[in-house]
Amino acid sequence: MSIAEPLPPPVETVRFRDAQIEMAHGAGGKASRRLVEGLFAPLFGSLGTPLTDAATVAVAGTDVVITTDAFVVRPLQFRGGSIGTLAVHGTVNDLVVSGASPCALVATFVLEAGLPGDVLEREARAMADAARRSGISIVGGDTKVVEHGKADGMYITTTGLGAPDRRVRCAAASVRPGDQVILSGPIGDHGITVLLARGDVDLDAELQSDTRSVGPLVASLVEEAAHGLRWMRDPTRGGVATALNELARDSGLGVALFEERVPVRDAVRGACELLGLDVLHIANEGQFLAVVAPADAERALDAIRAVPGGEGAAVIGEIRDTPARTVIGFSPFGGSRVIEMLVGDPLPRIC
Amino acid sequence: MKYVDEFREPALIQTAVAEIARLADVPRQFRIMEVCGGHTHAIYRFGLEQLLPPNVELIHGPGCPVCVLPMGRIDDGLRLAVEHGAIFTAFGDVMRVPGRNGSPLAQQARGVDVRIVYSPLDALRLAQQHPDRHVVFFAIGFETTAPSTAVTVRRARQLGVANFSVFCNHVTIVPAIRAILESPDMRLDAFIGPGHVSTVIGCRPYTFMVERHKKPTVVCGFEPLDLLQSIAMILKQIRESRAEVENQYARVVPWDGNDAALTAIADVFELRPYFEWRGLGFLSQSALRLRDAYGEWDAERRFPVAGVSVADPKASQCGEVLKGVLKPHQCKLFGRECTPEWPVGALMVSSEGSCAAYYNHVYCRAAATTS
Repeated sequence: MSIAEPLPPPVETVRFRDAQIEMAHGAGGKASRRLVEGLFAPLFGSLGTPLTDAATVAVAGTDVVITTDAFVVRPLQFRGGSIGTLAVHGTVNDLVVSGASPCALVATFVLEAGLPGDVLEREARAMADAARRSGISIVGGDTKVVEHGKADGMYITTTGLGAPDRRVRCAAASVRPGDQVILSGPIGDHGITVLLARGDVDLDAELQSDTRSVGPLVASLVEEAAHGLRWMRDPTRGGVATALNELARDSGLGVALFEERVPVRDAVRGACELLGLDVLHIANEGQFLAVVAPADAERALDAIRAVPGGEGAAVIGEIRDTPARTVIGFSPFGGSRVIEMLVGDPLPRIC
Repeated sequence: MKYVDEFREPALIQTAVAEIARLADVPRQFRIMEVCGGHTHAIYRFGLEQLLPPNVELIHGPGCPVCVLPMGRIDDGLRLAVEHGAIFTAFGDVMRVPGRNGSPLAQQARGVDVRIVYSPLDALRLAQQHPDRHVVFFAIGFETTAPSTAVTVRRARQLGVANFSVFCNHVTIVPAIRAILESPDMRLDAFIGPGHVSTVIGCRPYTFMVERHKKPTVVCGFEPLDLLQSIAMILKQIRESRAEVENQYARVVPWDGNDAALTAIADVFELRPYFEWRGLGFLSQSALRLRDAYGEWDAERRFPVAGVSVADPKASQCGEVLKGVLKPHQCKLFGRECTPEWPVGALMVSSEGSCAAYYNHVYCRAAATTS
């Protein structure tokens, strides 16, 4: 591999002081950010560049977009998807919301000894199918096997390569006050489906994971409104609240979220009310957020809604000057609250 | 969604807000304590404080079970897993509460078998699935959750599940309210009565608050309209110089409580002579323990429990905040040593704790606008 620009020397300002790794470091919220910004970024010399879903590197004079994601989920299969579909869609979506057309994927499997062969075949088929639908090829990978009892059946890591779409110029720094925040559809389906699939909660709901490629939705958006498109992100772990907080932080602006406009299915709302969870913190695997210039907002929304699966898209908020670096949720009756990034894993409130 | 959307209807809420403004339009301060953590959470979640006139002040009370749990209880409970190899089960609420050796989640990260359950019956089921292990349920909550613990202990006896026990931290709400009312620095005018607790105990136990202490008390639901309507009812009482127990949450709370739940509590539990509350100190007859008949399922009898008392860090002022004497941000540690991510005091742990609620929804905004 030849990289045109040499890496800058590492800036060794490690600020990560947590005594041990806890589940929260992988939950996508504050602790994850502290780990990446305080340990990985300074040591790997990427301090100062905004943390996005994918990196753009120049390979022999050509820009390439690269991203990687590891998938650990229990149970392996749930309504609407499985670890295999997640592994493809998750990486595809990271490329797509970074303004790239997905080109190729490599997949690494960590398998637990004792995993039934037909489960592995099922997941490989699911990946092949998801890749075909997403228009991407799986071109390579690696397989490791660990002792029985060590890997919840299987873990999958996928790394994706994409070609940047020259029409898309997304960056938090280009976001301006007055810009509109668009969400592609109802949130919380994935997180709540997996929670219920674990069987720890005695609840049943007509619900399935939203795992899918957001490629067609984004393609339509770019086709119609690339000029006004300023920022995109897929709100996976940590949910919409975390993604919007990252936007607020990286842009130095405020986000006003009109809570009643956020599309949420009744089953998800009900489960969240019951368990004391905030739907804005629940994970999604087939939605994206876009910030669009006000003049283009309507066209952008129509473009997403015109694609099958995009009918539920809505303008859920707007960018404001103040309060800076903060997401404020407004209720339909005039109350407001600060919407925080997720701290740790979302924990149910019972007592 | 039924029973939710009606209580978030903007037009009705505007009407209630106008009614409050009308009733509060006198030159005086109204200091109202919401006892229950669920109310604190709802007040911040819906931004209700901003809808109130400046002279109507809400003070967040002691009704968050994890907030009043002394640190030593977490240590004692976790020791059953660390030293005796038990599976430690608890509600998600407890998982981030710091003990001296870390929270249950921190212990889990070190390999201690800590599991989140949604009901004590889940913990009992776990015991049946793992007959070779002991499963301890770290029971927490006011009268709201005590009945489900009681039913679980009864079922354990019925089914003869011997590898299951309860580490009981159930507390009762009335002694806490009494402690606040009798505290010399008390400066409250009225109470928003707890909703969930009252579904079990009813409204009658609060009569001492109006008869002896002359503090209007309105038992209240958890939706925005519930809270605003209750505040209006309280202001009306004060303006009319009345002090009564009123039930705004009658769609759920029966005046006399829930007989079956109360019977289950009485059958399984008895009052402890005293129990330590974080911030309030030792309160007599304020907590529950298992009766002798169920002693076999009492973790504190089955295992040696040190009963260590761990003092809160000297600088923290959880007690004053809990009693409403100080606002959260007036505590010396608030927002510096003590944050939701690194809580020193328990009020910072639960999103129902007044400090965490205050931090998330008010402090962040102040910090954001001034930076």
